[in-house]
Amino acid sequence: MPATWLVLIVLALSAIGYVLGRQRALQNAGGDSRALHSLPSYYGWHVALMALVPATGLLAVWLIAQPLLVENTIAGQLPDSAIPESSTRSLVMSDVRRVADGLDLAVSQGAMTRDDAATLRSEFTQVRERLAEVGVALGSDVNAAVLSAAQDYRSMSRVGNLMMTIAVLAIAALGFVYALSRTDRDFRARNVVEQGIRALLVAAASVAVLTTLGIVLSLIFNTLEFFKLYSAWDFFFGTTWAPSFGGGSELGVLPLLWGTFYISLIALLVAVPIGLFSAVYLSEYAPGKVRSVAKPLLEVLAGIPTIVYGLFALLTVGPLLVQIFGDDGVGIMQASTAVMTAGLVMGIMLIPFVSSLSDDIINAVPQAMRDGSYGLGATKSETVRQVILPAALPGIVGAILLAASRAIGETMIVVLGAGAAARLSMNPFDAMTTVTAKIVSQLTGDADFASAEALVAFALGMTLFVLTLGLNVFALFIVRKYREQYE
Amino acid sequence: MYDAPSLERNVDQKEIKFSARNVQVYYGDTHAIKDVTVEIEDNTVTAFIGPSGCGKSTFLRCLNRMNDTIDVCRVEGDIRLDGEDIYDKRVDPVQLRAKVGMVFQKPNPFPKSIYDNVAYGPRIHGLARSKAELDEIVETALRRGAIWDEVKDRLDAPGTGLSGGQQQRLCIARAVATAPEVLLMDEPCSALDPIATAQVEELIDELRQSYSVIIVTHSMQQAARVSQKTAFFHLGHLVEFGETGQIFTNPVDERTESYITGRIG
Ligand SMILES: Nc1ncnc2c1ncn2[C@@H]1O[C@H](COP(=O)(O)OP(=O)(O)OP(=O)(O)O)[C@@H](O)[C@H]1O
Ligand SMILES: [Mg+2]
Repeated sequence: MPATWLVLIVLALSAIGYVLGRQRALQNAGGDSRALHSLPSYYGWHVALMALVPATGLLAVWLIAQPLLVENTIAGQLPDSAIPESSTRSLVMSDVRRVADGLDLAVSQGAMTRDDAATLRSEFTQVRERLAEVGVALGSDVNAAVLSAAQDYRSMSRVGNLMMTIAVLAIAALGFVYALSRTDRDFRARNVVEQGIRALLVAAASVAVLTTLGIVLSLIFNTLEFFKLYSAWDFFFGTTWAPSFGGGSELGVLPLLWGTFYISLIALLVAVPIGLFSAVYLSEYAPGKVRSVAKPLLEVLAGIPTIVYGLFALLTVGPLLVQIFGDDGVGIMQASTAVMTAGLVMGIMLIPFVSSLSDDIINAVPQAMRDGSYGLGATKSETVRQVILPAALPGIVGAILLAASRAIGETMIVVLGAGAAARLSMNPFDAMTTVTAKIVSQLTGDADFASAEALVAFALGMTLFVLTLGLNVFALFIVRKYREQYE
Repeated sequence: MYDAPSLERNVDQKEIKFSARNVQVYYGDTHAIKDVTVEIEDNTVTAFIGPSGCGKSTFLRCLNRMNDTIDVCRVEGDIRLDGEDIYDKRVDPVQLRAKVGMVFQKPNPFPKSIYDNVAYGPRIHGLARSKAELDEIVETALRRGAIWDEVKDRLDAPGTGLSGGQQQRLCIARAVATAPEVLLMDEPCSALDPIATAQVEELIDELRQSYSVIIVTHSMQQAARVSQKTAFFHLGHLVEFGETGQIFTNPVDERTESYITGRIG
């Protein structure tokens, strides 16, 4: 039975549970809800939650665990002879999965009977052609070992699914009956539901935390894998970035970090003054009408997808800069893709980010501060410079750091605006590239995911992650410190 | 009142500092000050009394145009300082506020050091030519604010770290340091203990020698102690204005009498 059906059944069961639990409690109290310990609906929720939560929890765990288990067992059973010289076990396993999926599809389309699919022999049937008929393209002919592994794969999955259905339904029914049997007028349903809700919230929070942890762990493992193939020293201190898929790549991160840093610096040089000044204007000087129009407009700017900014860089800003600084002008800019192009556009992208955060922070400075300053005969700009900005400074620094970590993580603008050449140069009109852009280019195309050239992406990602994490933590620290001031 | 010629002569000597005619203040649609006409004398302490929400703070804020900072606030009528219309287009509210200092109802020290709080006004108006002179101004102001002894050892500590009453006195010192001609004080003693209150009252009395002081207070005793003139506000109207002694002993309007005897408020 597919999981969606299972979920629907469990949901229906829990809905029935709500009605029955409520009824039973009321009956037990002789129809007088005042005699109950809790409101009648709590008894309903108790039964509904007991039927729903453990069952769906089990379902979720099972759905994650079963494929892993099946996969491992089958992979273990594959004889070494089934793995060709040039291949690996995991590559053969992906063939197995494709064949198994193909058989599933064939059965569901009626091109094969269930028994056919289970007993098919590669010696007698052209499996590849028959699967091609239902739209599953296989790279090579299917050999006997792969086919039988695929068949085992299917049968194990089927057994697993059956067991899952039974287990989930049983747990749901058990919870239902147990909860219903406990329902009487003195049962503290309110407290139990409270605990249940607490458990739900904890579960949601743990999912968030655990996925983060999972991402970090996968980054770490793959990074370690990379450092087995390529020396960490050369990675961190190498000054050339020259990957070649034939081998003998030089994968020094310094040019990429330099590019990231240089572009982010230019972006911040654009975004911070403009963003900050516009925030000051909006919060201190602008009349109500201007503010009510300009602020939403700025926020619209923040909603533009970065790819659009990338196009803007490529088609408008780049050519414009070339006209001025290119060979016909100053003569220091070769092509329209350059650090300056990407930096300027990224700066524009960050303006609303900086201004809207700073605006919030400036607005959080109590009106009494302004009154105090105006009351002493200070002008607006004196008040802004000497009272408001110092009071808001930690928050603004936090906003700038957040903007910086966005600049560091930005990809599309760099890909389209800065070019793809990794180089260490001081000239802001040279093409350069960043860590993020190189992660993309290392993983697109048909790289072998086990090679150093592909795994380097994880090391780059890890480097980036540590950098932005550091910045974010620092920013949060500063923002938090600032909050304490007016409490 | 006319049978006290000595008092009469005394009043005549003093110049009119503020003269307000038919002042109306609106917050959006709320009519907060209704047709107030009053003359405030120089070298005098004038007390504004009245029940909460009657418009004392609002009227006080008209006198140094602090209401300009509130978008919805609209002031009509004619207010003159030394005969000059302060709502005239040519008048710079910033200049005006340097002349008419204000202590707010809620203490609002800047998140700066105690020293910088007090030095703020003198610095923006360039009152000190040297660091020593500035130190001098700060010390005098803190002494007049009756807080010098408590903070003299920690002038570098943040002003926001003081207790509520200390903050209030710091704000008084800050306002005094700018050397205004008129000092508007909105309930300056509401957070102070009796000793500090006495010191502030002493300061107010001292300031009277050279300035005009307007003080909003909820304490009848304080009004009676420190002020020479008293204005009683009620629901946005200026109900009664006159010699403090006369208002407290022999009020003309029955609302005034009810208020000072504690029957409304
Ligand atoms: N910023 C504002 N926006 C709108 N209405 C206001 C504003 N400030 C004051 N008001 C209104 O104006 C009226 C007078 O307020 P005001 O602060 O002058 O009273 P008050 O006499 O100082 O009272 P209290 O003794 O409690 O300080 C009140 O009704 C108040 O609601
Ligand atoms: Mg008030």
